[in-house]
Formats: sequence, C-alpha cells, structure tokens
Amino acid sequence: MTAPSPDRKTAGGGLKVRGLTTTFATPRGPAAVVDGINLDVAPGEIVGLVGESGSGKSITLRSIVRLVREPGKVSGQVEWQGRDLMAMSEADLRKVRGAEIAMIFQEPMTALNPVLPVRLQIEENLSAHSTLDRRARRQRALELMNIVGIPAAERRLDEYPHQFSGGMRQRVMIAIALASSPKLLLADEPTTALDVTIQDQILKLILDLRDRFGMSVVFVTHDLGVVAATCDRMAVMYAGRIVETGTVTRVFAEPHHPYTRGLLGSVPRIGAERSMLLSIEGTPPGLTDLPDGCAFHPRCSFATDRCRAERPPLESFAAGREVACFHHRTVAAMAEAA
Amino acid sequence: MSAGAVPIAPSAKRRRALPGTLVGAVIVLGASLALAFFPSLFAPYDPTAFDYNAIMQGPSWVHPFGTDNFGRNMLSRVIHAYRIDMQIAVFATTGPFVFGSIVGALVGYVGGWVEAVFGRVVDAVITFPFLVLVIAIVSVLGPGLRNMYIAVGVVDWVFYARLVSAEVRIQRRLDYADAARGMGYGHTRIIFRHLLPNAITPAVVYLMTDMALAILLGSSLGYLGLGAQPPAAEWGVLIADGKNFMTTAWWVSVFPGIAIVITGLGFSLAGDALADLLRVNR
Amino acid sequence: MREMPLISVEGVSKRFRFPRTAPDILTGRSPAAVHALNNVDLEVHRGETLGVVGESGCGKSTLARCLVRLLEPDEGLVRFDGQDISLLRPAERRAFNRRVQMIFQDPYSSLNPRMSVRQVLSEALSVHAMRQKADIPARITELLGLVRLPADAAGRYPHEFSGGQRQRIGIARALAVEPEVLIADELVSALDVSVQAQVINLLLDLQERLKLTVVFVAHDLRLVRHISHRVAVMYLGKVVEISPTEALFAAPRHPYSKALLDAAPELDPARRTCVAAARGELPNPLDLPAGCLFNTRCPFAFERCLAERPHLSNRGPAHLAACHLTDFGKPPPATIAAQ
Repeated sequence: MTAPSPDRKTAGGGLKVRGLTTTFATPRGPAAVVDGINLDVAPGEIVGLVGESGSGKSITLRSIVRLVREPGKVSGQVEWQGRDLMAMSEADLRKVRGAEIAMIFQEPMTALNPVLPVRLQIEENLSAHSTLDRRARRQRALELMNIVGIPAAERRLDEYPHQFSGGMRQRVMIAIALASSPKLLLADEPTTALDVTIQDQILKLILDLRDRFGMSVVFVTHDLGVVAATCDRMAVMYAGRIVETGTVTRVFAEPHHPYTRGLLGSVPRIGAERSMLLSIEGTPPGLTDLPDGCAFHPRCSFATDRCRAERPPLESFAAGREVACFHHRTVAAMAEAA
Repeated sequence: MSAGAVPIAPSAKRRRALPGTLVGAVIVLGASLALAFFPSLFAPYDPTAFDYNAIMQGPSWVHPFGTDNFGRNMLSRVIHAYRIDMQIAVFATTGPFVFGSIVGALVGYVGGWVEAVFGRVVDAVITFPFLVLVIAIVSVLGPGLRNMYIAVGVVDWVFYARLVSAEVRIQRRLDYADAARGMGYGHTRIIFRHLLPNAITPAVVYLMTDMALAILLGSSLGYLGLGAQPPAAEWGVLIADGKNFMTTAWWVSVFPGIAIVITGLGFSLAGDALADLLRVNR
Repeated sequence: MREMPLISVEGVSKRFRFPRTAPDILTGRSPAAVHALNNVDLEVHRGETLGVVGESGCGKSTLARCLVRLLEPDEGLVRFDGQDISLLRPAERRAFNRRVQMIFQDPYSSLNPRMSVRQVLSEALSVHAMRQKADIPARITELLGLVRLPADAAGRYPHEFSGGQRQRIGIARALAVEPEVLIADELVSALDVSVQAQVINLLLDLQERLKLTVVFVAHDLRLVRHISHRVAVMYLGKVVEISPTEALFAAPRHPYSKALLDAAPELDPARRTCVAAARGELPNPLDLPAGCLFNTRCPFAFERCLAERPHLSNRGPAHLAACHLTDFGKPPPATIAAQ
C-alpha cells in the first residue's frame, strides 16, 4: 500500500469534538484557554479555525490530540473514528498521533530536527507507523518528497533542514506528516511564515492532497484570505470559544456574529480604496480577566445590557449554521444593508 | 474608526512579588553597612585595647568571639573590620565599574576595528592571572589600601567593559536604537540615554559579585601584608594574626572568616535580587 | 512629469558583505555579498502614498532604511527636496531627520523599554526644539489624542501596552517632530487583523489631516492596494514595475507582479483556484541569475531574458515595467487593435 485510496473519503466517522476544554492554572486562578468547543470534521473536509492571537485556536488544535504542555489540563470528548481520544491511554494515543492524525506547524525549522538529514526524519515516521522494510521505506520517502513537490528529491533527501528554504521546509514537514498516510491533518498556521507566492503553492498542495487521498484537514489560521482559498467550512473563535460556524461561502456572504463581521470588514476590499476600514475597537481580552456575559461585548457596537450579563450560547439558526450572539439577526441585516 | 481613545487593559500594570533574595540581601548588607558606619555602637570593647588578663580566651559570654594574643576582644575587632572591608568592597569596584561601563558602551557602539582591538586587549588581560598581577603591581607601588585600589582598577575595568560592550552590541541592532538614529539624536544621547540603561544590567549584577571578590582580595592581600596594615582591624589581617595559633586558638581566625563568608553571601544575594529587579519587561 | 519629486532614488545599490572566511582568503576570492538593492530608481511625490510591495528578500526594508539614511547606499544616491542626502551637513542632516520619519515594523523592539511614553515624546520634542519647555506637557497630551491613546498613557512604559497601542506610540513619536514624510516599514504586519484595520484607519486619517507624504512598505497586497496612490513592485532588490495602483492591479505588466497578485488569496470563496500562481522559489540572493532576475521562475522567459537585464520602460501613463515582453499583460482592446 502506498497511499490511501480516494474511496476512503466515504469510510470512517471523521472527527467529532464535544465540550473540549483546556484550562491553565495561573497565579490569578484557572484560565479556560479553550472553553467548551464543539467541532465536527467530515472525511475529506477542510475546516478552518479562525481567530486572532490569544483566541485559543492553536491550543484547541493541540488539545484534540492531547498535545498540551503542563500545566494545561484538557477535558471533554474527542471522538475519532468511533474512539474517544480523551479516554485513550497515552500509549494507544501515540499510535493514533502521527499515524492516523498528523500535525504540521507554523515554523517548520523548530519542528524539524536540525542534525538529521530529512531522509531519516521521514523514514523515522515510516518505521514508527508502518511495517515497511528498510528498502521500501527508502522508496516511500522518495515518493513522498515527490508528492509534496520537492525538486531533485533524490539528492535533497540526504540534505539537512537548514539547507532548505522556508517553503521547502514546510513541504518536508508535510512529507513527514504524510508518511503515515494520515486521515486527518492538523495544520497550525502552516503558511503564516511564508511569502505569498510560496504560501499559494503550499495551500494548493494541501488542496491537492485532500483531493487525492481524501484526507480531512483542520486548518488554524488568522488569515481570512487563506480560509476563503482553502476551507469548506469555518469556525470563528474568540476568547477561547467558537462564536460562529458555517460553510465558508455562507459565513463570508452573511456573517451573523459582530466579531466575524468586524474581521471581514477589517480586510481591505477592492473598490473601496483609501476609505476607512470597518475596524473592531480595542484589543482581545486577556483570558484571565474575561468580561462577564459575552466576552466580545466591550468591543461590540451591538451590545446591550443582556450581553453584559448573560453569555450567549452557540445555537443553530439555519442548516449548518451556528452563532453565539443575541442580536445576530440585526447583525446579519446590517451586513446585508452594507 | 469611531472617535474615542483606546482603553488600556486594566491588567496591564502588574505588581511584581518581592523576591526573597532581595529581603536576604537587604538584611545582610544593611547590617554590614550599619556595622561599617557605626562600629562603636555595636562593639562592646575598644578593638585596640590590650587586656593582659584575658589573653587567648575562648568564646564566652564576656568575649563571645574570644580574645587574641594581646587580650583584644575579637568581636569588637571583627566589627571594626567591617569599616575597612566594606570600604574595600566599594572603593575597589566603583572606579572600574564606571570607567569600564563607559568604555564598553563606546566600544560596543562604535564596533568595527575598535571592537576588534579591544577584544585583543581583553584577551591579554584575562589570560594573565589576576591575583599575581595585582600582587606584582602592589609590590612595585608599595603595600597599602590606596595602591591596592590602583592595582585592582588597572585590571578590573576590563571585565565591565567586556560585559557592557557585548550587551550594547546587541542593543544597537534593535529597532529602538535605529529609531533614535532616525530621529536625528546625537551619538552621546543614543549611547548614554538609550543603549546604556538597557545594557548595564549584567554589569550591575557582576558589580555585586565583584564586591564580594574585592573583599576576598583585600583580605588575601591583608593576609600577605600587602593590603591594610596592622594594627588596623581588617579580616585578612585578623586571620593572619591568628594563623600561628590555629590549633590552640581557632577563634582568632575563624570568626573573621565567617564574617567574610556572610558578607559575600549578602553581595551574591544582592546580585540575584538586582538581576530580577532590573529585568526589563518587553 | 509633474512637479519635482520630494524624494528621488537614483540608481541605488546596496550590498551586505559577509565577513571574509578562511577559504576566501586562501583563494583570494572576494567575500560573499547579498545584493539587497540592485540599481533602484524611484520617485515619491509630495502628498502621495507610495506602496512598496514584495516578498521577503526583495530589498524593500533596505530601501526604506536608505530613504532615512539609516543605511548608506553603495552606489547611486537619494535626493530629498533636490538635495543629495549623503552630502548633508550636520545641521541640515538634523533637519532632514526631522522632516523624514520612519515607523518600524516590530512594536516590541522599536520602543526603548526603559523610557515612559512621556519621556519618549518629550525627548523628541526637546531635541528638535519643537516646543518651549513649558508647552511640552500640553503637546504630549495633544499627540496622544492624535493617535487615540488616553492621556494617562504618558506615564506608562512600553510593556504595559498591546502591539497595536505600541505602534500608535511609534506613530506619535514620529509625528512629534512634525515631519513631511513617513516611511512605514511593515507598519501593521505584526498586528492582529482587527487591530491592523485600526492602525491603517489612523494612518489614512493622519495623512489627510497633516498632509503627509507616505512610503508604505509592506508584503500584504490587499493593504498596499487599499492605502496607496501608486505602487512599486520589487523583486530581488529591483523595482520591476511601478504604476498608479489601479492600473497595476487591473493589468499588471510584469510577469512577477501578475504572479504576486494571483498568489494572494482572494477574499471571495467563489473565486478559488487549484493552480499555483508562481512556480519555484527565490534564487539564492548570494548568486543572482544573469539577465532578468525573474528568469528562473518566469513561465515566459526566452533567450534574451537569460542574457540581458531589462530596465524600467514606459507602459502607459506613469506606468513603468522592467520586462523584455513589452506587450505582457496589455489590456485586451489594445491587443485586438494591434492585431
């Protein structure tokens, strides 16, 4: 077997996250960095997890595979193909991590071992998660380098990470991640450190891999352009919670949460040059001193007394669409009018 | 963008916990300074008064640290020695600290061949055994505290200059240094107003260690007869006095030794505390 | 051409040499050097915003630093108000430093951590004698209001502010000396999206009110398009295209500009593509290709591109591009007419 066949797309149950919560003990009491996240990822689907720094999007991703450093505490339910990752022993989880579920990170230089040639790093993953013999592993490593589009792969296999450019390193990271033919790829801002033409290449590569191998992807990013270019569905995070979900097309066309609306308005649009952008005043709150009620209310122009007192739950308002806002109809109407 | 100022998060201003090292340092060094400035308030006897009825007595209620071969009260002598030893700590290091920091700041700022030449000077000085060099200089100039300060100063500034130049070299590459240049500020202002305050911390921390080292050096030279001269009470001199009676009257040498250890500890606690307090928030 | 440009960059090149290594000395080779700027020509007109856009290593930050004399070009010169800025006498240089201000990318290293906002601003005000001593506190309050920081920010230190607030302090510092030109190097790239918009709005507003000339150096095409009157696209230390913003975005006349525009993710999910816009990666800046610098990645390269480096030439009103394919990207009607 060299790669999972595309018909896997229909097999398996995908990822189902329920009430995922990650708390860190701080000198000022416990802080929920991730607070009750629900998330579904179907096989072959790319879901974008969008938010600003400190929104908890990266920790959410790490919490899914319980890769949160001490003193972080993860609780909730993560169901992967019918098994609960939270209830699994550390040893069983290791078999899932890096095998069925792979991760790639923002800074590939720190995620790669600088003193090993990339061949060894790819083969290492193969020997950990496959039964291939040495010869087959070599063959497969070369194949993977070709899949991710590294030119002169044969020669470059024996080079060290520092000999690769940023974009090529990210390709190597993806090659390592793909070594075990994962069914789910967790991508943590994989293109943020890259130039736009290189980012474009990597995004297209991820789309292509999804199509060829039926892989699911959870894509953490702060860049709405990246979401628009790659994701099927999106979840917007603010202060450790999901505030809005839906297909990318629907959310972009009709944001229902004022934060989503603000984010979309913050990005310059064609035809409105040198006009004022629709910005969100203030800065995101610290997670240890979240405001009462809706965490967004101090920055929200729609806020009422109810928002200041009561936290809006994430509720479905249309098929495949959820929002956590008391005034989402007003917000959507505003967006329509604008 | 709507009008109105952007509020600053109320949590932005953090209170830092008082470090335990600071408390220790203040207690030890505070007591040391009190003893140095007002020894007569604490010393029960005149440190130079002979008492032939109480020669070489062991520790007792009357003479807690015992007496020496002239019947002098050792507690009083150790207390009076604080004045000279604290003076050594401050005088031997202040000059090199100030001079070395200025030189280091200039060298680090100018860079280039100046820095290369300075690097060789540092290497030359550092490879030379410090104590031997100081002893050589004191032998030429003659014994005594003043000449000891000169001898230490000739060598010691290099260490400060090295610390500060390395730090200034890092700081001058940061954007705030470029911002100051871009504002058209003069070199003097950039070096002393902007770079030095951000580069001085390692030197200040080292200053504390250096004060402890200076006391040790002063005591060593006193012991060798090249530093403070008898009958002045200085810990090294006191230890030297007692060395012939080590087996019969251990207290004559041991209590000044303990004083050196405690004071040294105080300085090193102060070093840790300062490193903490001067840490810059980014 | 309109009136005399406020800033003109004429044939500026800048190299960064590596220290000589032992093999260099043994073989008598000259040490390796990064060619950060290769013969850059550029003009900035009074009151306009010129966007300078390009990917990492294209020399845009080096150019910004040459404009404020934080770096000296190896070749060529920069004129400000007609005067070569490398020949300024000390007093003139101080005046130049006042009139042309730079704002830095990194909000965390561009402020002295040991100086309060008040100290930062009053230093700028007093060194350049902008105000009488007695008037300084009032002016500080005024400046903080201008960048929309509360008046009580004056007594605080940089670490007490968020990234966006620090960039406002940086802007206030620059504005304290009442400059005519702001050079903004990746002003918002370290900030969150929603905070970026605040700072961009502030910049637009201030430019309007204070009649500033702005050079906006950034890698974000959307932002550059939003804020600039004209845009210069840089690749490997060279300006490959410069044009009024809309002309460039509507019809880029250089293959690299086109690749760059196509690569930037569209905000419209419906306009998704599956084909990467540009192939390959940047060549090693230590070893630049002969001929056109883009020839290693350009799908249209032909023999001439490998041999001869193209220079900026006219493509339309105030529209210049450096490409041997002078018809590249020509809008369709013209193409039909030509055929």
